Amino acid sequence: MTDAINVLIVGVGGQGTLLASRVLGAAASILGKDCKLSEVHGMSQRGGSVVTHVRIGSDIAAPVVTPGEADYVLAFEKLEALRFAYYLKPDGVLLINDQEIMPMPVITGVKEYPSDIYGKLTAAGHKFVSVPALELAEKAGTAKAVNTVLIGVLAKLTGMEYSVAEEAVRAAVKPKFLDVNVAALKAGYDYSK
Amino acid sequence: MKKLMLTNEAVARGAFEAGVKVVSSYPGTPSTEITEFAAGYREMYVEWAPNEKVATEVAVGASAAGVRSMCCMKHVGVNVAADPLFTAAYTGVNGGMVLVVADDPAMHSSQNEQDSRFYARSAHVPMLEPADSAEAKDYLKRAFDLSEEYDTPVMLRLTTRSAHAQSYVELEERVERDPKPFVKDVSKWVMMPAAARGRHLKVEDREKRLKAAELKEFYHVETRSKKQGIVTLGAVYQYVKEATDASIFKVGMVYPLPVEAIRKFAESVDELIVCEELEPFIENQLKANGIKCRGKEIFGLQGEFSTASVREKLYGIKAPVSEADVPARPPVMCAGCPHRGVFYVLNKLKLNVCGDIGCYTLGANPPLSALDLCVCMGASIGMAHGFDKADSPLKRKTVAVIGDSTFIHSGITNVINQVYNKGTSTTVILDNSITGMTGHQDNPATGKRITGEATAKLDLVNLCRAIGVESVRVVDAYDLAEVEKVVKEEIANETVSVIIARRPCALLTKTYPPAFGIDSEKCIKCRSCLRIGCPAIEYIGGKVRINKELCVGCGVCKQLCRFDAIKEGR
Repeated sequence: MTDAINVLIVGVGGQGTLLASRVLGAAASILGKDCKLSEVHGMSQRGGSVVTHVRIGSDIAAPVVTPGEADYVLAFEKLEALRFAYYLKPDGVLLINDQEIMPMPVITGVKEYPSDIYGKLTAAGHKFVSVPALELAEKAGTAKAVNTVLIGVLAKLTGMEYSVAEEAVRAAVKPKFLDVNVAALKAGYDYSK
Repeated sequence: MKKLMLTNEAVARGAFEAGVKVVSSYPGTPSTEITEFAAGYREMYVEWAPNEKVATEVAVGASAAGVRSMCCMKHVGVNVAADPLFTAAYTGVNGGMVLVVADDPAMHSSQNEQDSRFYARSAHVPMLEPADSAEAKDYLKRAFDLSEEYDTPVMLRLTTRSAHAQSYVELEERVERDPKPFVKDVSKWVMMPAAARGRHLKVEDREKRLKAAELKEFYHVETRSKKQGIVTLGAVYQYVKEATDASIFKVGMVYPLPVEAIRKFAESVDELIVCEELEPFIENQLKANGIKCRGKEIFGLQGEFSTASVREKLYGIKAPVSEADVPARPPVMCAGCPHRGVFYVLNKLKLNVCGDIGCYTLGANPPLSALDLCVCMGASIGMAHGFDKADSPLKRKTVAVIGDSTFIHSGITNVINQVYNKGTSTTVILDNSITGMTGHQDNPATGKRITGEATAKLDLVNLCRAIGVESVRVVDAYDLAEVEKVVKEEIANETVSVIIARRPCALLTKTYPPAFGIDSEKCIKCRSCLRIGCPAIEYIGGKVRINKELCVGCGVCKQLCRFDAIKEGR
C-alpha cells in the first residue's frame, strides 16, 4: 500500500472531473496496476464543489485519499485548489487550472473571491503548477476538454509514456469526442516541458 | 477478463451473470446506475417503475412467475417498498429475488441517514454487504442462490462509498436459467391470516437454519495484532485495513450475523471493537449475545467514516484539515434551470412553500429562499393540505411544489386526498420533462422507457382533471409575469388547484439561444438580477456581468431588469 500514487481531483460540478478520473483508471488498467476510484454523484453535481479520488498502486484498500497523503491534487478551478490543498503530502504537487469560477456566495456579493491564491499557496509551502488549461482546451477545439488537458500535464509530470496516456483517453472517451480530447491531451502533455 | 468497474455497474453485471430476467427500480442516489447499467444487457427486461413499492411488487411477481428478479433503490426507497418486502418475506420466492439498497451515510444526496440493515432484521430476510466491486458481483450472484435455497427474498446493501467506488472485477459468462413453473398454492402465495400463520413458522425456521449455518464464504478473519480485534464490514473494512494493524473480522452477511464465529474471534484478541457506520447494528447484537465489545462510544453515529477518521478515533492521530478561509461552493440550480423563475415568484409573493425531493429542494437556499418544508417524496402536497385543514393563518399563503417524477412517485394520491376531502390548496408541478436530480432518468411523463424506446406518455393535465382537480393551469416556467399572475389567482381560488410549470431541464436541451449580455451604459448596478441566484450572473469588482460560458439564454434575468440593461445575445 505504501507504493500507492494518490490523486485527488477537485473542481466544480459539470467540469468533467469524473471523466478525468476514469482516464486515470484506464491508464492504471493499461499499466497492469491495481486501482481504486471514488466518485460522488447526485446533488453535488449541481455546480457544487466536487471531489474524486484516484489511487493507483500494487494493493489498494480504501478508495479514498487521506488528507495529507495526496501525491497530486488536480484542481480544475483556483478556489478549489485552495480549498483542497491540505490533502497534499509534504512534497505533493498541486496542478491548477488557471481559471476562476465564482461560487454563489461570491455571485450574490455575500463573500469575496479570495485574492492572490497563488501567493497564499506559496506562503503555505505548497508546490504547484499553474496551467492555462481553458486556453489550451479552446485551442484544441473545445472548452470542455479542460479535463484532458490537465490529465496530459499530470501524465507528463508522473513520467507516464504519452502512448499510455493516449490509449487511456481512447478507452475512456466516447468516439464522437475522441479527436478533440486527444488534441487536448497532447497540448497538456507538451505544456510542461 | 478483468475490468475496472463502478460497484453499481458490477451489481448490474452480477445480475446479468446470475441469469436475472426482470429488473424493476426507481432511481435514487447512490443506487441509480445499477439499473441504468442493467438496461445495457438485452438478455434482461429492465424498467423504471414509478416508485419503489411498484418496483418491488414487480420483482415479487416475476419471482413467483419463476424467473430471477431484482429491484434497486436508495435507503429511503425501502420505506416505500417495505409493504411488499415484509410480506414477500412470508411468501418466499420461486425464482430468486434480490432487493438492492444503497444507504447514504453523510447524506451526500439524501434527506436522512437511516440504516437499512434494520429492515433485514425486522422483515427477517438475509442481507449481504460487499466491500468492493468484485465482491459486489460475487455476493449478488450468491444472493440469488441463497434466495432460492432458503425460499426468501435477499437484500444486498451498499453505501455511497462502496456503490460509487471503482475497482477490478473478473467478468464471467451469463448462466441462462429455465423459468420454473408457477404452482398455484394458496398456503404459500395468498397471504391471508390462515396461510400467513403457516408461512410465519417457515420464516422463523429458515432464519434459524441460516443463523446456525454461519456460512464461511460470507466472513473472513485477517490475523494481525492480537491487541485489538475489529469487527467491520463494507467500505469501512477498507479503512480499517489501512488505518490499523489490528486483527480484522470482516462481516459479509450482515443479517443473520455469524455470532459464534465472532465470539471465537473475540476470544483470540485482547479487546474487541466494532467499526460500523450509522447505527450500532452489529455492536448491539454482539452485546445481546454476551460478547463484550466497544463501538459507538468510540466512533459515534454520525456521517461517513474514512481511513483518517478511523485512525483519529482509535489512536488520536489527526489528519490535516483545511485551514484556508474560502467561500463555500454549495450546489446550485444550473443556469437556465426552469425552477429558478418559479421560486423567484414564490419568494416575491412571500408564500409558505411545502417542498419536495429533487433539484428544486435547492430553492430553499439564498438568494431564492423560497422553500419552507421538505420531508420525503410526495410529502409537499400532503403537508400543504395539513396547513389547509389546520386552518393555519398561512393557509391561503401555502403552496406545494413538486417535480414531475416525484408527483408520479407519490404525489398523485395526495391530490386525490385533497379533492376527496374538500381541500383548497394549490400545487405547482415543476414539469421539467425528466427525473433531474439523479441524472436524467425517463419517467411515465417523458414518453420514453429506460431503453429510449418510445411509449405512452402520461398526460399530467388530463390526469389532474380526471382525479377531480377543478382548476388545472399550464404556465411557461420562464415567463415570470405569467407564473405570478396564475399563482396569485390559484391561491385565492378556494378549490383544489394544480399549476403545471413547464420547461425542460436546462441540461436536457442541447442547443441554446446565444448568451445574454449587460449593457454597461444602462446598468445602474441595482443588482436586481442577482436575486435569482443564477450562476451565470456575477457581481465582481462593482460590476455585473454575464458569464458567456454558462448563460443559456433563458431570458429570466432580463424580466427583472427595469433599466433594459440586459440584452439578448446575437
